[in-house]
Amino acid sequence: MSASASPNQKRPFWTIARRDAAAGYIFIAPQLIGIIIFVLVPLGLVFWYSLHEWNVLAASFNFVGAANYQMLLADPNLPQVLVASAIFSAGLVILNMSLALLLAVLLDQKLKGMVVFRTLFFSPVVVSLVAWTIVWSFLLQNNGGINGMLAMLGIEGPNWLRTPTTAMISVVVVQVFKNVGLNMILFLAALQGVPKELYEAARVDGTGAFKQFRRITLPLISPTILLTSIITIVGSLQVFAQIAVLTQGGPGMTTTVLVYYLYQQAFQFHFFGYGSTLSILLFVIVALLTFAQWQLRKRIVFYEN
Amino acid sequence: MKTDLSPRMKTALYGLMCVLLIPFVFPTWWMITSSVKPISDIFAFPPDLWPRRFDLTTYARVFELQPFARQYWNSAYIAALVTAGTMVISSMAGYAFARIKFPFSNAIFMVVLLGLLIPSEVTIVPLFQIFLGWGMINTHWPLILVPIFGAPSVFATFVMRQFFIALPNELEEAARVDGLGRFKIFWTIALPLAKPALGAVAIFTFLHSWNLYLEPIVFLSSTQMFTLPQALTQFTDAYGGAMWNIQLAAATMTAIPVLLVFIVAQKQFVEGLAHTGLKG
Repeated sequence: MSASASPNQKRPFWTIARRDAAAGYIFIAPQLIGIIIFVLVPLGLVFWYSLHEWNVLAASFNFVGAANYQMLLADPNLPQVLVASAIFSAGLVILNMSLALLLAVLLDQKLKGMVVFRTLFFSPVVVSLVAWTIVWSFLLQNNGGINGMLAMLGIEGPNWLRTPTTAMISVVVVQVFKNVGLNMILFLAALQGVPKELYEAARVDGTGAFKQFRRITLPLISPTILLTSIITIVGSLQVFAQIAVLTQGGPGMTTTVLVYYLYQQAFQFHFFGYGSTLSILLFVIVALLTFAQWQLRKRIVFYEN
Repeated sequence: MKTDLSPRMKTALYGLMCVLLIPFVFPTWWMITSSVKPISDIFAFPPDLWPRRFDLTTYARVFELQPFARQYWNSAYIAALVTAGTMVISSMAGYAFARIKFPFSNAIFMVVLLGLLIPSEVTIVPLFQIFLGWGMINTHWPLILVPIFGAPSVFATFVMRQFFIALPNELEEAARVDGLGRFKIFWTIALPLAKPALGAVAIFTFLHSWNLYLEPIVFLSSTQMFTLPQALTQFTDAYGGAMWNIQLAAATMTAIPVLLVFIVAQKQFVEGLAHTGLKG
């Protein structure tokens, strides 16, 4: 446009590029301003608060430098909280991903009525989280439905939510059944995107079904596996409602994961300063895990569009 | 993989899937049937898969013990506002990041993506202080504003951007040559084509808001203002013990409408989610 304009003709201020830039900024403005106000400023504040001794009830707010971080390192509860978080997240991710993959492979078979199965496996995703958790809490009571069924088979079930090991298993499993449908659907879509010719060729070469899965299917759906595992792991670190409803962090502190501990410190004991320090710890863990998985991508993911 | 299966193999697969279905389907069944049992039958042994006696007064009790209709409305209108707001903001931002060339767009996109690493669980203490300063504690504003602008909407923006990147550009370019403005192109051409992605965003956002639990218990204090997840945990007797059948009746009323919508629209639901651009 400017090339054809004669030198004495004044160029308009609103060139296409400028108009585009203005439109671009207007389009992203709500998102960007929102992120700044409701995410980035609070992140800065949480770091600032973490440098203070701040008890809301006592209305004290004093700068203490790194004292909260020293307290964090010396906190006798912290190892147990981190172990509980690690067990919960690892258990959840492993169970969720493998069950999702199994269900997706099953649903990918040529059978009648698969839509019904798909719908039913997916249905817990749309059941309200707390409603789902309450039913499981009811089922897992000492005299509840699950132990009732076990008793009919002559098995004496444990008091699921009051025994350390089974309490942790329970919170993991309840969460897996709630959300595995999401990953299942994403895997199913990825499986259906694998070119059929590859399987044909493998079959002609006499490659077995298991080997086909390992050598063809897994590499080709690896981008989906990576993305869903990042989302699942970050989601697992945010678990709160299930713990609050099922175990309140107990028995003892065996199911007190980091977010639950943070909530207790900040909003039950009113230590906002120390609660903020725990928030920073949570942020660092989320960021490190995401970064590590993103790096792994180069090694594991076979190809990407 | 996709060979025709032998009849024996088919039976085995159906059997396996039926067993696997139990933990997915049974809880919902148990919730509904237990909610209509009288309290004396609720822990009966052996467990009744079908109620021996029906007691529908539990459903009336839900509304007597709590302003449940009001709480239902709270959850519904908050989820609707959050969903609508997120769809507007994320489709605009996603479109701009995918289609429009403007200075620093990549850097700004990275800043926005940071939001994914900072869930509201991390920032809950300062958010409480901010909303306290704005006089918005025990109002629904935090439950509306934080998801519309925080991590959930960043995820939505990412999904929209991926969708627009994969969408052929010819129609929009032709419209540009004809002199149509950006906003007009976005509104009349791009957005109607983006219905599958918008559907996925709407589902994710609605469920996120509908399930929110930490934020309500931090920000809300009066039962009139409670949302459903918070209200469900309040059905306790004087000793703090759960009133199971009433709690389950409330849970059933919370779960069933969304479940029915899902069953009716399951095709769009599932296919929408499958097209979130997460395929890689």
